[in-house]
Amino acid sequence: MIEILEPSIVTLNVNGVDRKVTVKPSDTLLFTLRNELGLTGAKPGCENGDCGACTVLVDGWPIKSCLMLTVEALGKNILTVEGLKNTTIQKAFVENFSFQCGYCTSGFLMVCHALATVQPDANEAVIEEWLQSNICRCTGYEEIGNAIKSTLNQINTMQG
Amino acid sequence: MIPFDFEYYKPDTVEEAHKLYTQLNLKGKKPIYYGGGTEFISMARMNNRYAGAVIDIKGIPECNVNKIEKGKLVMGSAVTLTKIAESNLFPLLGYISRRIADHTIQGKITLGGNLLGTIIYKETMLPLLLTECQLVIYGRDGNRIVNIIDIYDRGLNLNEGEVLVQITIDEKYLTLPYRHVKRTKLEKIDYPLITMAAIKDGDNISVAFSGLYQYPIRSLEVERLLNDSKLPKKKKVLQIVNNLGIEVLDDIGGSSEFRKFIMEDMLNQVIEKLQEVC
Repeated sequence: MIEILEPSIVTLNVNGVDRKVTVKPSDTLLFTLRNELGLTGAKPGCENGDCGACTVLVDGWPIKSCLMLTVEALGKNILTVEGLKNTTIQKAFVENFSFQCGYCTSGFLMVCHALATVQPDANEAVIEEWLQSNICRCTGYEEIGNAIKSTLNQINTMQG
Repeated sequence: MIPFDFEYYKPDTVEEAHKLYTQLNLKGKKPIYYGGGTEFISMARMNNRYAGAVIDIKGIPECNVNKIEKGKLVMGSAVTLTKIAESNLFPLLGYISRRIADHTIQGKITLGGNLLGTIIYKETMLPLLLTECQLVIYGRDGNRIVNIIDIYDRGLNLNEGEVLVQITIDEKYLTLPYRHVKRTKLEKIDYPLITMAAIKDGDNISVAFSGLYQYPIRSLEVERLLNDSKLPKKKKVLQIVNNLGIEVLDDIGGSSEFRKFIMEDMLNQVIEKLQEVC
């Protein structure tokens, strides 16, 4: 049984690296990533699970880090936008001008990266279902959609 | 940020979880069982919910089962809506799960959390009421197995400290013809004005609603009228809608009259779509 009763030093695997960090049981993953680990890519937006700006991947699946306790992530692999350097999706966002103010971008990048990894054969309906988890107040949805579609095309072309 | 501290426990067995709850409760810690935590975290952040200890049940193997075994679908209370939808073992429940919150959050919300949370809609309850499922509940005397009909009264009435471990559904219900309609005020992703689920077993249509009252409901009186072959369609729908009582929700999401109007359309759909299915 895992018991964490007070602020404790735990190990979190973030972007492939084990990081020691002090957490309280009531800390959200978003808080720990930003305030304790200095990984400010995940953005605090609504902090209510609505906007998706804080999305990270936990064991490959998108999670809104404002709705996850840090202690729930023990033993799991956390991927933040800082871990997406030089990925296909990052390049696709640049090439398709898929951001305006940029605040939602890291969340969208994480969802798109997860989709391309988990379901590279996703059709239009699946893309829409996944992307509806995030909000872009600049309404750049068309360009974000183009980025994920071009990424999926690249993956499928490479796989022949 | 959550504005108060609590203790975190992640037991390996349901016995451990229940024992912990009992001990923590005696100490006045106000413990809660914790599944996906989406409702707890969002409400705690606003100081609308408090717990001095959370008991995370996601480490309990029985609570993570999602399979068909001995003619029954067995689903653990810690199974996420995403797993239910992806496995598609019960298409109606999968369809409903895909329309709760959004895709990312569905990976965090658990079946038990949706059924036992404080948010009134609890849409996953609808197929469970329609299939008269059984619940495995662990309490002071160990496991007890109860029919949902015997424990459901405007919500699942568990005793203090009891853990919802599993939900089991007879396999025969999984492939019955079904209909699911969800209407929201504006956006696709929102709480329902009304969500309706219906199944057809032989000549009999069963139907359950969320968003109509403060709690999900399956009404045998509604079904009696719906299945009355002597009543013409228009008349039976009107009789049902006109006898819903004064409890129909009337709020900023939609007036009671509007909800009745939507329900009328849903009932017409059910009759048309399911009656033509043999």
